[in-house]
Amino acid sequence: MKAPDFDYLRPGTIAEAIAILSEHEGEAQPLAGGQSLMPMMNFRVAAPAVLVDLSALSELRGITRTDTSVRIGAMTRYRELGDWANICTDLPLIATALPHIAHDAIRNRGTIGGSLALADAAAEMPALMLALGATIELMGPNGTRHVHADDFFQGFYDTACEADELIVAVDIPLAPEAKFGFHELVQRHGDYAMAGVAIKATSLTPLSGLRIAFFGVSDRALRVPALEAALDGTSGDEAAIAAALPALEAIEFEGDLKVSAKTREHYAGVALKRALAEMLA
Amino acid sequence: MSKTQDISLTVNGEVLTANVPVRMNLVDFLRHEAGLTGSHVGCEHGVCGACTIEVNGDTVRGCLMLAVQANGATVTTIEGLADSGRSAALIAAFTRRNALQCGFCTPGMLASAIAYVEGGGIADKQAIRDHISGNYCRCTGYQSIVDAIHDVVTEGASA
Repeated sequence: MKAPDFDYLRPGTIAEAIAILSEHEGEAQPLAGGQSLMPMMNFRVAAPAVLVDLSALSELRGITRTDTSVRIGAMTRYRELGDWANICTDLPLIATALPHIAHDAIRNRGTIGGSLALADAAAEMPALMLALGATIELMGPNGTRHVHADDFFQGFYDTACEADELIVAVDIPLAPEAKFGFHELVQRHGDYAMAGVAIKATSLTPLSGLRIAFFGVSDRALRVPALEAALDGTSGDEAAIAAALPALEAIEFEGDLKVSAKTREHYAGVALKRALAEMLA
Repeated sequence: MSKTQDISLTVNGEVLTANVPVRMNLVDFLRHEAGLTGSHVGCEHGVCGACTIEVNGDTVRGCLMLAVQANGATVTTIEGLADSGRSAALIAAFTRRNALQCGFCTPGMLASAIAYVEGGGIADKQAIRDHISGNYCRCTGYQSIVDAIHDVVTEGASA
């Protein structure tokens, strides 16, 4: 189908964009890369009265590295992130995950901020932000505020970003000593995952400082504190994982046409085992 | 606010200006306003890849971009890729390998394949499969398409 009718605005400044969002509270929708919003509009599950195209806001683009963190502008496209010279050394977890995010033509348009704002439960980027302990920078009529990824994803397509706020950037702490793992189970390369996991560990022997984020399992990307605690201090071997897996019961697994909730729980365990095995290899 | 907007863009080397409804997809503009029917419209939600075109040198889904967003952009459709000869080797390989039957997916498949070949893609069939995983073909079972792209990469390496 085609998208329902809307008004289209392309503000030239962030302030102008926020003013439009405030004026049309709830009726206006920011358009980032459009790789999720456009399909939702074509399906008519989204029907914003006003579409606010953010593509002219050059201050939302680009990657800046400091001594302690990497700041990625919200309108930075996956392609630009993948092409960043330091991606493999400074953000190895993202470098590993990027090829799994949709397809070439989608990554050429899709943006980091767009993915986080939508917060699709099966998307990789929210889980990556959780695992990396990123901070999301929001700007609204009352100024700027920073929300930790742990507090950002609140439910089914629901985030801490209010209707009159924009995601401006994400800030990812540099962790040169940390080890990372990533695995997802998909029907075809580039599909949304049936279950996936992104892992950060400050040490491998024994496992410690774990941040384990699952995606494609429930209504949002999430961490399971009991699972992280159960694995912390272990070698991450088969017995340790088997002892930790019951903690997955904390997740309210969702079933759909592809995968039942029970199968999804099994897949989450498989993804975890494979990701850890690769980290420890 | 207006429901239509003036745009100006370069399509296959030619500057086009038009007044378009803001809700019009880029691929619909190319097909219905510019008369370039080589780009096909399949699913209209970015899954099938039949509408894959080049915008400012990168492949994009023509159904997931509004025509107004292409204001000022340089667009190359399958017609432009053919006229410039960029798709010639792939067209020859697709023909030789019977890499199409109905042909509906072929324009998008060629656009994606060109990005792979020109982007320095290697002669590895799994890597080729991964790259074209965003393009659906319901006729061939993909084997012949993968073979055709593999041929072109191999020929390029030996040329």
